[in-house]
Amino acid sequence: MMPARFAATLKRLQLGRRAVIALPLVWLTLFFLLPFALVLKISFSEAAISVPPYGPLVEVVDQTLNIALNLGNYLFLASDSLYVAAYWGSLKTAFISTLACLLIGYPMAYAMAQASARWQMILLLLVMLPSWTSFLIRIYAWMGILSNSGLLNNLLIGMGLIDAPLRMMNTQFAVIIGIVYAYLPFMVLPLYAHLTRLDNALLEAASDLGSRKLNTFIKVTLPLSMGGIIAGSMLVFIPAVGEFVIPELLGGPDTLMIGKVLWEEFFNNRDWPVASALAMVMLLLLLIPIVWFHRHQSRELNE
Amino acid sequence: MSLAKPRLRFSSVMLALGLLFLYGPMLVLVVYSFNASQLVTVWAGFSTQWYGALFRDEQILSAIWMSLRIAFFSASMAVCLGTVAAFVMTRYGQFRGKTALSTMITAPLVMPEVITGLSLLLLFVQMAQITGWPADRGMATIWIAHTTFCSAYVAVVVAARLREIDRSIEEAAMDLGSPPMKTFFCVTLPVIAPALVAGWLLAFTLSLDDLVIASFVSGPGANTLPMVVFSSVRMGVSPKINALATLIILAVSLATLLAWYIMRRNEAKRQQVLKASG
Repeated sequence: MMPARFAATLKRLQLGRRAVIALPLVWLTLFFLLPFALVLKISFSEAAISVPPYGPLVEVVDQTLNIALNLGNYLFLASDSLYVAAYWGSLKTAFISTLACLLIGYPMAYAMAQASARWQMILLLLVMLPSWTSFLIRIYAWMGILSNSGLLNNLLIGMGLIDAPLRMMNTQFAVIIGIVYAYLPFMVLPLYAHLTRLDNALLEAASDLGSRKLNTFIKVTLPLSMGGIIAGSMLVFIPAVGEFVIPELLGGPDTLMIGKVLWEEFFNNRDWPVASALAMVMLLLLLIPIVWFHRHQSRELNE
Repeated sequence: MSLAKPRLRFSSVMLALGLLFLYGPMLVLVVYSFNASQLVTVWAGFSTQWYGALFRDEQILSAIWMSLRIAFFSASMAVCLGTVAAFVMTRYGQFRGKTALSTMITAPLVMPEVITGLSLLLLFVQMAQITGWPADRGMATIWIAHTTFCSAYVAVVVAARLREIDRSIEEAAMDLGSPPMKTFFCVTLPVIAPALVAGWLLAFTLSLDDLVIASFVSGPGANTLPMVVFSSVRMGVSPKINALATLIILAVSLATLLAWYIMRRNEAKRQQVLKASG
């Protein structure tokens, strides 16, 4: 009787195992994968004055199945220089901001990793804390600082450095400041995580063998923290490309970014197919960085 | 030994400047929330009138209540879903669909919000056409959207903890005949509890903070706090928002301080137990 009972238990375990796997898999397929398929589908359909505002892709007319794959939305994106400029503007702004975050964030993470264990904890909390408060309100803070009659201009005029207020608000500069400000913690955290794992013995060995500090940094510290640099840069770059709030609040008419264009296409023009096509092209542009980040992340997740 | 003693190093200076950069603007918000003038940029004496105005604003108050409820339910569901996903990823070895699951669970971390929001809205519209649900969008649809992207963050936090803990205790329990379900609830869960709390708190703040996804999947009448703040801020600076910002910063700081205190006390207790037993 033993083998039969054993087999039954095993079967029950198998069933339980499948159910546990199915729960997140089904949820994510339904609410993450399926929505993307829909965006893809609607990007090929025609805008229509109906509810919802797009035409059907598959139609049965006179007993024949009509499949209308409409490439018009994509051709429209390519032909209008506004969209090309918006994509280019997003990539450029995101790249500059990521670089700035890296240049500011790396020394910060390095100093944190070198601090005593007690201080590391406090510094970590200090870096994290702003990102737990409201993102929107932190961007709003810069509106008061950068405006023509704002704090920074008043300060510079008061110090006698400038005579007339500098136009900082509603410029590309303001957008970059906003992105760096909002995303800096996401750069510092992965860098810090990698730099604390760095074995100090390696640095001492390099120093004992006569390596200069700069040389040690370039040949030992930098390569060993590469994982952190990739993770941090992707965590800043990818969301920055699609950013809507920052260009909307701090940017001006000359700072075209794709997230904002998509938002306006969707909410103001109610052109869902064009908004979908914009999203698909954005996803295509971000595919390489996303796959890169995912590879890196799943390696860390699975080990 | 030249590495040991920190002098005034470049990296330390950068750290100090970086923290100044992070906290300066927040300090400005707090200071100007006590400004008597309507103009946010001119100082006209100390006043708490904007706090009074904030607490009389029905629209903001009801939006706060709505956001808190959505954040609570989203964080709770995200912890369940994220923990199961993390457990499956770290403990189940190979299975069909593992690559798909690991892709789908990490992808929301870096997906631009406008894409997530748009895609979920299209799903809800399609679902309403086919099944009749959701008839009107609001709390339920925001809850689903927030649960989905928050569970990714929970999964990362919990998976890190699951990989860190000693698996031999779980294996010992299984060897002694404890069924998998019981082993999970009686052995694994207590050990990873701090990660669940951390994941819940993270999901709660993420949900509370989201503007873009909520704007897409919400319908008329359902306004979360970020949506109300955004429509007010779009018109320009307003001292009432400064007062709100100050209260948010205060709440987050107090919660962080409390968490830090509890963590330190637990650590001290553990050290004492270790000393006593050793």
